[in-house]
Amino acid sequence: MTEKTSGDLKLKGVTKRYDTFTAVDQLDLVIPRGSFFALLGPSGCGKTTTLRMVAGLDQPTIGQIWIGDQDITDTRAYQRNVNTVFQSYALFPHLSILDNVTFGLRRRKTPDYKTKAMEALELVQLAHIAKKKPGQLSGGMQQRVALARAIVNRPDVLLLDEPLGALDLKLRRQMQIELKQIQSEVGLTFVHVTHDQEEAMTMADTIAVMNGGKLEQVADPATLYERPTSTFVANFLGQSNLLKATVKSRTATTAELDVHGVNLRLPVDRLKETTQELWLGVRPEKLRLVGAANGDDADAGQNRLTGVVVDASFTGLATNYLVRLPWGQEIMVVQQNDGSRSAASGAQVTLGWAPEHAFALNASQDAHAGAQDQADDSGAI
Amino acid sequence: MVGQLVEGPAAVQPQRRARRNYTPYLLLLPGLAWLVVFFIVPMLSLASQSLQTGSVESGYTQTWHFQTYVDALSQFWPHFARSILFAGTATVFTLLLAYPLAYFMAQKAGRWKNIMLVLVIAPFFTSFLIRTLAWQTILTDNGPVVALARSVHFTNLLQSLQLSSNDSLMNTRFAVVCGLTYNFLPFMILPLYANLERLDHSLIEAAGDLYATPIQTFWKVTWPLSLPGVVGGTLLTFIPAAGDFINSRLLGNTQTVMIGQVIDSEFLQIQDYAVAAALSFVLMAVIVVIVALYVRRAGTEELV
Repeated sequence: MTEKTSGDLKLKGVTKRYDTFTAVDQLDLVIPRGSFFALLGPSGCGKTTTLRMVAGLDQPTIGQIWIGDQDITDTRAYQRNVNTVFQSYALFPHLSILDNVTFGLRRRKTPDYKTKAMEALELVQLAHIAKKKPGQLSGGMQQRVALARAIVNRPDVLLLDEPLGALDLKLRRQMQIELKQIQSEVGLTFVHVTHDQEEAMTMADTIAVMNGGKLEQVADPATLYERPTSTFVANFLGQSNLLKATVKSRTATTAELDVHGVNLRLPVDRLKETTQELWLGVRPEKLRLVGAANGDDADAGQNRLTGVVVDASFTGLATNYLVRLPWGQEIMVVQQNDGSRSAASGAQVTLGWAPEHAFALNASQDAHAGAQDQADDSGAI
Repeated sequence: MVGQLVEGPAAVQPQRRARRNYTPYLLLLPGLAWLVVFFIVPMLSLASQSLQTGSVESGYTQTWHFQTYVDALSQFWPHFARSILFAGTATVFTLLLAYPLAYFMAQKAGRWKNIMLVLVIAPFFTSFLIRTLAWQTILTDNGPVVALARSVHFTNLLQSLQLSSNDSLMNTRFAVVCGLTYNFLPFMILPLYANLERLDHSLIEAAGDLYATPIQTFWKVTWPLSLPGVVGGTLLTFIPAAGDFINSRLLGNTQTVMIGQVIDSEFLQIQDYAVAAALSFVLMAVIVVIVALYVRRAGTEELV
């Protein structure tokens, strides 16, 4: 069965509507076999609904879901070769850990189910508690049992619904690494739903950022971070300083931009927008405090902006500055604690960055999209 | 509690601890007093009564006459057996009726849940006696229910199953079991409902996700998790049904007399207090044994 149906997971125009509310809107997605894929977005963005439709727990209103060359849209959850690690773990409280793990194997009448279950428990380092009941286990252990119970079936796709949400920070970091190791060990397709951008970036090969039931961007973590294609992605993943810019001229390699009267440059390959107006984005850690004069500690090719330090906070690894630019906008600067230049609050500073470290976004978008979601969500489920 | 957490002066601590230790007993006191006065004392008096000889007119004397038990049992054991059988059958029927209803109310009813709960409890607004008498009207020989039962040969089926001896529904074993089932149905529904309402729906989804068909999901997950409710409901139904003396009197015939009815008449009509008390004691013992075996078999202590 596994051999026949395994392959890429494909969502074709999948839409889920509830009365008046559209949870997922025309979603097209290909998740390659064997990849660690993350669905990232704020709560209510439709990521969990998407996952439930893949699991067969919800039916799409329109659209199709394929695994390899099989359309599984109309099959029931128990007929799909897909397993889920539930957010609440959903371990059967009346069964022992071993019976929990063998549950799927026994429904499929798999031979040697006990041996296979013990192997899965060994993989999550819990073979020694096989006889206990879920109620006797800590949250972290329950989480691993839930994982073992799912991967033991070698599903075509393993779905993880905020699996680390209930764990404390330290355990979450540890489980992130373990999950990643287990994924590369067993080689299954993992689809991981999370609102935690750091978790998604740490674990996934590919991240699909969702917002309002739609896909914002699908890319590997580095591309998403370095070259976001929307203000939502730029703000939801990490922080971005977005400057209102106008394109003055373009050459084959470089575009000249005007930002409130300051001349800045951007490589043309970073400029997909054809409009004159755009948002120029720079990540806080790409900005450096430099000397006022050219050629001090950086090359002449750098972009430069001047401003006044409004706030400086030392965090150990780095110092975070809030710098007010001449037109009143305040931007974030993160200066690594590597012996480079520092400034006190109130000081006049010059900021420099390499042109290729910036990105351009369509100016029609809200510059603050996604920033609030991230803040709101950090404490939520 | 505070005394334990805060490292207070040594002199203060014992006083607080002493105060804390009395609270549970004080809470226990009213219920305990009630049970002593209205359960322990009457039970001891009943035990003593069962071992006395004499009559109402001439008075009773304590003679430790154990022969009363032997006589009572040899005369009335068929009534015991019948009571257990009727109560057991009624319990099975209530379970079959109550489980789907309780499941629906707990998991699917949504905003109708509260209305349905009121409807389940509503019969209690009428007297037990009136409701049982109503069944006489329902099952009466010239009523529509009997007409329907006859036309579909249900009465013939009952006769072949020895549940009735003629072509009617009233005054049959069937009627008695119907009455018991009806009267104790809420006692089955409510514990089941309370249990199934707590059932975590994600467990059902998890079972489906792990390839269990809906039927397998029921038997492997829902049913075992609802066992505490099933045990609670069956006990609340079986125990009072086994000692019931109304349904058989109002809906049955001379062949359906249950042990509760016997005890009732021994006490109030024949006025043989010793036999009545002995029968009461045996009934209690039989029920305790059956319940103990049943609870052990169901193994619910593991689930709690």
